Amino acid sequence: MYQIVKKKVLNPTVVELHIKAPLVANKAEPGQFIILRTDEDGERIPLTVAGVCKEEGTVKIIYQIVGATTRKLAEKNEGDFLQDFVGPLGVPTHLEGLKKVCIVGGGVGCAIAMPIAQRLHEMGAEVVGIIGFRSRDLLICEEEFKACCDRLTVMTDDGSYGRHGNVTLPLKEMLEGGEAFDMIITIGPLIMMKFVVATAKPFGVPVTVSMNPVMIDGTGMCGGCRLTLNVDGKKVTRFACVDGPDFNGYEVDFDEAMSRGRMYTEFERHAYEATCNLYKKEVK
Amino acid sequence: MAKANMAQKRNEMPTQEPLVRAQNFDEVALGYTEEMAMDEAMRCLDCKNMPCVEGCPVKIHIPAFINKIKEGDFEGAYQIIAKSSSLPAVCGRVCPQETQCEARCVRGIKGESVGIGRLERFVADWHNTFTAASLEKPTPNGHRVAVVGSGPSGLTCAGDLAKKGYKVTVFEALHTAGGVLVYGIPEFRLPKAIVAKEVEGLKALDVDIETNVVIGKTLTVDELFGMGYEAVFIGSGAGLPNFMGIPGESLKGVYSANEFLTRSNLMKAYRENPETPIMKGGRVAVVGGGNVAMDAARTALRLGAQKVYIVYRRSMDELPARREEVEHAMEEGIDFMLLNNPVEILGYHNPENPRDEKNGFVRGMRCIKMELGEPDAKGRRRPVEIPGSEFEIEVDTVIISIGTSPNPLIKNTTSGLDVNSHGGIIVNEDGLTTRDAVYAGGDAVTGAATVISAMGAGKVAAKAIDELLQKKN
Repeated sequence: MYQIVKKKVLNPTVVELHIKAPLVANKAEPGQFIILRTDEDGERIPLTVAGVCKEEGTVKIIYQIVGATTRKLAEKNEGDFLQDFVGPLGVPTHLEGLKKVCIVGGGVGCAIAMPIAQRLHEMGAEVVGIIGFRSRDLLICEEEFKACCDRLTVMTDDGSYGRHGNVTLPLKEMLEGGEAFDMIITIGPLIMMKFVVATAKPFGVPVTVSMNPVMIDGTGMCGGCRLTLNVDGKKVTRFACVDGPDFNGYEVDFDEAMSRGRMYTEFERHAYEATCNLYKKEVK
Repeated sequence: MAKANMAQKRNEMPTQEPLVRAQNFDEVALGYTEEMAMDEAMRCLDCKNMPCVEGCPVKIHIPAFINKIKEGDFEGAYQIIAKSSSLPAVCGRVCPQETQCEARCVRGIKGESVGIGRLERFVADWHNTFTAASLEKPTPNGHRVAVVGSGPSGLTCAGDLAKKGYKVTVFEALHTAGGVLVYGIPEFRLPKAIVAKEVEGLKALDVDIETNVVIGKTLTVDELFGMGYEAVFIGSGAGLPNFMGIPGESLKGVYSANEFLTRSNLMKAYRENPETPIMKGGRVAVVGGGNVAMDAARTALRLGAQKVYIVYRRSMDELPARREEVEHAMEEGIDFMLLNNPVEILGYHNPENPRDEKNGFVRGMRCIKMELGEPDAKGRRRPVEIPGSEFEIEVDTVIISIGTSPNPLIKNTTSGLDVNSHGGIIVNEDGLTTRDAVYAGGDAVTGAATVISAMGAGKVAAKAIDELLQKKN
């Protein structure tokens, strides 16, 4: 059992938890993920690590309430326990040798991009941040990004905060203005990452994307997290749990990944509604 | 002693009726009664040269345990099996006896061989029902051993060492111990209570089982030595599922058998209102002919499929699955499409409406008919496509069950641990890897194989680890 030592509600749909898991905290690097189960018979869900405190043996996760399990997780409070918590899984984001990086985060993906931006900053790299949200009330991690970015642009889809528009707008301006990034690292909704890749392509800047497909064991056994990559004109199958979650954005078949991500939409909607009813919460 | 029973046919195994069992997840085979077991035991001729023992990967003294059954001394029979096998209740159910012990049985020359597997199962179940576990704990010898993985090889290795007084910790990546016995083999073939009992038995021997620890990620093999473990056994099992590399394998509704079975078995998606989703009902094609393919097909049927096909590129004679599973599957109404191979999985695509919820889901599979050509290196006749014989079947779910490739996690994080060209860990006859005091066995070494061979490898390694650590005293 793994105790929740701290809980913080960041916005109406995003929650931050600090979980006591010393072995995981001791190893986790930016870009890696964990798998948890809230209780016996619960489903296994992967969540990317948003930070660790080695001294206290805790792992920080920041997640959005999107389905039944994250809804149940949101009902847990400080002092409560999670049934299972395993990790760190996946390959850490490759950051060696990077001198100037653009971090593009979208929504709750910003929570995952944050430790990468922080690590790059510690390494002495120049970090340019672009973070985007649907609207002001969904904003998270702004202070943390300000602290580790040399420049930060905040975007909202509805213009209620920061600049109006999506994250590709300032990215395109910077690239057109001749900014030379060693790498663009983008984490967020698949559709956003797809467009970040499309924006960067004419400029030939390498793009790393963080994939979060359906997953069960997370250790290279089930194959549910497979993605198709186009490598030198050849289609190859890769597994996000052991080969990723980071991939070369130019190689990922985003349309397929988006389609596969909707495999259980029907089931998930029913499960979410049932869980919300259980907690007498309004279904959003 | 009474005269041998010379009936040519063995005692039939009582089973649930096919039409009933196809709709539940309860165990299919119900087991012999005491009378059936004793009658079947009387069919054994107690051959002096014991050909059956030669066929057993762990060399159980088969005629001796059967003689005890003849005498009605079932506990005595169990004690004989327990000398060689750590998991008799499991192996009595899942061993491919027809290619091992029973294949060598003299009675099989004229008629059916003695039902050795059924007798083993009977004895193990009798013991589990009527004998209280002995709580005699071995005297600790002060040595510590780490076991990676809690499948058949790991459980066996841990059990053998614990009985000798070693302090053993088993590290399991998943949330439940048992490995393939839990995530892979379905309840209707191997009740999980049996596996849980084996695991409890280890805990009673003071074996620590640490779930949620991925060796190669949470901890490395080198760190285990740093923590004071003097030897490590790697029984991490088979790894990533293989796919065919045909178009359409990423469509929604295409599973690896590992994923499909893990959802149903480990995550309990077969229950009502599960938290983990699985595609139920509809028409299902399972590609492959091994035990895993049979398990997937029969699971799909029990989840409510209207039609389930096994699509296999060779013929019935080459089908690698355990004979009893094939027979059970056929009785339950699984349709065996033999000498057929998939060439493409077809998806639903509505050009009028890109938001059609069915878009991207499987709608069918295109197959080609095969014939058997020349034997390959292993002596199995190679399947060859018959030109122009392509046809389509209508299915909603496709489950690919064509084997696995070794998991890279431990290899990638353990320097000096050599693997072969297939990715299997290289070991010598004692199970020793290319690293000092690191042993390995089971599917991590051989690629996908049987429970009993993994168990055998666990035993061999336990013996070698004992010899190694006793030298240190």
